[in-house]
Amino acid sequence: MIDLFAWLILGLPLLAAAAITLFTLPDAAKSARLSIGAVLLAFLGSLILWARDATGEPAVTWLALGTGTGGLQIELGLKLDPLSRLMLLVVTGVGSAIHIYSWGYLHADRNRGRYFAGLSLFTFAMLGIVLANNFLMLFIFWELVGVSSYLLIGFWFARPAAAEAAKKAFLTNRLGDFGFLLGIILVWAALGTLSFTELEARLADDPAALGAAASVAGLLIFCGAMGKSAQFPLHVWLPDAMEGPTPVSALIHAATMVAAGVYMLCRVFFVLAVPGSVALELIAWIGGVTALLAALLAVQQNDIKRILAYSTLSQLGYMVLAVGVSGASRDPSVAMYHLTTHAGFKALLFLGAGSVIHALHHEQDIWKMGGLSRRLPITFWTFLLATLALCGVPPLSGFYSKDAILARTLESGHHGLFALATLVAALTTFYMFRLVFVAFTGPAKSQAADHARESPPVMTLPLLALAVPSVLAGFWGIHRVYGAQYGAEPAAAGSWAQQLVEPFAHAPLAAGAGLAAALMGWLGAWAWYRAALQDPLPARFATVARWLRDRLYFDELYERLIGWTQESLARLADGVDRWVIMGVAVKGTHGTFELLGRLLRLAQTGNLQTYAFVLVAGVALLLFLVMAR
Amino acid sequence: MSVGLTHYLVVSLLLFCLGLFGVLVRRNLLVMFMSLELMLNAANLALVAFARYHHNLSGQIMVFFIITVAAAEVAVGLALIVALYRQRRTAHVEDLASLRL
Amino acid sequence: METLCFYLFAALAVVCGFLVVANPFSRNPVASAMFLVLTIAALAGLFVLLHAFFLAAVQILVYAGAVMVLFLFVIMLLDLKEEERRSWRKFGLVGGGVAVALIALLMYAALRQSPLGAAGEPRVEGSTAALGELLFRQYLLPFELVGVLLLVGMVGVIWLSKRAVP
Repeated sequence: MIDLFAWLILGLPLLAAAAITLFTLPDAAKSARLSIGAVLLAFLGSLILWARDATGEPAVTWLALGTGTGGLQIELGLKLDPLSRLMLLVVTGVGSAIHIYSWGYLHADRNRGRYFAGLSLFTFAMLGIVLANNFLMLFIFWELVGVSSYLLIGFWFARPAAAEAAKKAFLTNRLGDFGFLLGIILVWAALGTLSFTELEARLADDPAALGAAASVAGLLIFCGAMGKSAQFPLHVWLPDAMEGPTPVSALIHAATMVAAGVYMLCRVFFVLAVPGSVALELIAWIGGVTALLAALLAVQQNDIKRILAYSTLSQLGYMVLAVGVSGASRDPSVAMYHLTTHAGFKALLFLGAGSVIHALHHEQDIWKMGGLSRRLPITFWTFLLATLALCGVPPLSGFYSKDAILARTLESGHHGLFALATLVAALTTFYMFRLVFVAFTGPAKSQAADHARESPPVMTLPLLALAVPSVLAGFWGIHRVYGAQYGAEPAAAGSWAQQLVEPFAHAPLAAGAGLAAALMGWLGAWAWYRAALQDPLPARFATVARWLRDRLYFDELYERLIGWTQESLARLADGVDRWVIMGVAVKGTHGTFELLGRLLRLAQTGNLQTYAFVLVAGVALLLFLVMAR
Repeated sequence: MSVGLTHYLVVSLLLFCLGLFGVLVRRNLLVMFMSLELMLNAANLALVAFARYHHNLSGQIMVFFIITVAAAEVAVGLALIVALYRQRRTAHVEDLASLRL
Repeated sequence: METLCFYLFAALAVVCGFLVVANPFSRNPVASAMFLVLTIAALAGLFVLLHAFFLAAVQILVYAGAVMVLFLFVIMLLDLKEEERRSWRKFGLVGGGVAVALIALLMYAALRQSPLGAAGEPRVEGSTAALGELLFRQYLLPFELVGVLLLVGMVGVIWLSKRAVP
């Protein structure tokens, strides 16, 4: 029964996507109903699974390539444990809100059928990642997410920027996925199985089973997460992916695609955390660098969605950092904790931004907004709540999860990373309140901003719904659920008041530092942007501001690098073609035969006696051969 | 010391080699042709000697045919040389190198 | 007597053959032709010693008579003084000499190797009657074919000499 539920949750979005594509593509309303119905049912199923504390691993053998030790049995199986149960709730819950919101956001688009088909396919792929019980299945759904994200980011494919962004996202992900696939192959070659359960058991029996390949395998697998979760240096696709419709950005950034990388790291944490592997150390630093870099870049962006995109990058850096520093405690649950709370408030932020954009007729520049707090009250208040949560203000959810990460970093002895994370916290508050001050509370800077009107209920209701977890998720004991996954002691849930101050009791330094950083960031934003009509920073720090605004020239660097690589490869291929193939193979062959021909032509003198002489010589030779026998 | 088969064969060999030498060295077509006849006669001598010493008249029959064919060959060959001479005004092999490309 | 005759004819044939090919005194084709007649006559003598009387007669009639006359006619028809003006080619001379020596050596080696001594006494009488018997019974078809060949040769020669090749 439970098994059936799990399969249904996975299958429903696929069914919806297939039905929409095959039958109801021109009928937007019917398509939307199918898609929203599927995701709502999946949410319901996830709730039931959650309530029943379902565990287990229903699986069917899909492919059996050979038998015995050298063979590869590939299962199509679902893994139900606390990790996937809660993640199911997050994906389907946030997904439901976004599905419903999309109906309002895209009410004027003629291609909504195609949009909802893509959305359902995306949900299906993400659920597959969450439920997969082996590496191969995970990889298949991993790629499916890549494909469907390509379809959704490029939904407005008639816009060149959108088409380019979709291509960029897909190709950048392919780069990471290549490493991921190599890592999977390496793990299989070393351990002979791809099933998570078996792998975990085998590594628990013999932690040195992977041997010297442990670090390499861990880093290769992290490559996959690097692409999907947009970690430095593969972070470049995420800001560009803002070209897709805003609900898609919300879906990609909050609960699905980018979360997949972190989720995968937590799912296969036992491979990364084998003793002797340096993978986690490197992962922690990459996470930290990504967090800082993205936060810095966010400071000078003017597109409301790009600011949020860099904020997502920064928060993902936090999560990856959390995975990286969890090696000693063997418990990356803090990363999942932050992922879960972040899914709620980041979806809310994006949907709020979408509401603003919708109200301003697709204006995305924050310097053409202002004064929206009075015009869009629901949007403003929910947006403000989410901002506060993101900045880590107690008692909102973000405070608890971020504090958990800071505390874990400090505990693990990574003092440098702790300082870095604290700095990022200050920057986060700074750029988020820059956004809030300029777009919502500051003076109106355009006509459109003056005449904006609140969005319809189909869009504001999801905002309100998402505000609930943003505020309360810190009290639901999410970290205890994830902790159970990694064998932590199930601590008794204290009273509300105890939970409220728990971070201060547990790690006062981390909590205090986080709060102080947030306060400093807020003060900076308040001082500079409270009533600003234009950005004061470029006037003060011209060079730095320009660098930050131009995203530290990563895109240009990559363009040059790829251009140069391709150019040199092309030159090499040209050289090989010109000299080896054309020169040696073709001209050499023809030259050899021409030379032979010329030599043979010397024998053709036209002189009768020469021929006679050759004839006699031949006769002599034959005679000699016959007699010598 | 009575004369045996070997003696005749040695004479035949000498004549054959003389003819061959003429074919290879002389450059007048007519002399080359005569050298060829010499080689044929050397073969004839060997055949007749074999017939005599191997008690088989077939060798003589062969010589008879060779003489006949040689007569025809000489007639045709000389006619060709004459025709060639009419065309080129020469009977010298070195001047007849038009077979070369 | 027979031995003496053999050595006489053999020496005559070889010496005259040499003079046909490489006459040190004259490179006139006519001289070559005349010495070829002598060689053929000496060979006819050898045929007689081998009791091939019919063939000796044919040799004189066909070769020394018809063939050589034909040669002489052609020599006189053409102006062949030219070769005398040309020198021997050193390379051709040496190459030809080497090739011929090689062939001669090989053939002589073959002669020495073959069990010719077992050939026994010369017995066969080349009587014309026996030869005719054989020719018109066992070898009748080749005989007719050779006749046809002569006819074809004749037609060819007439055709070749009648019209100038364009």
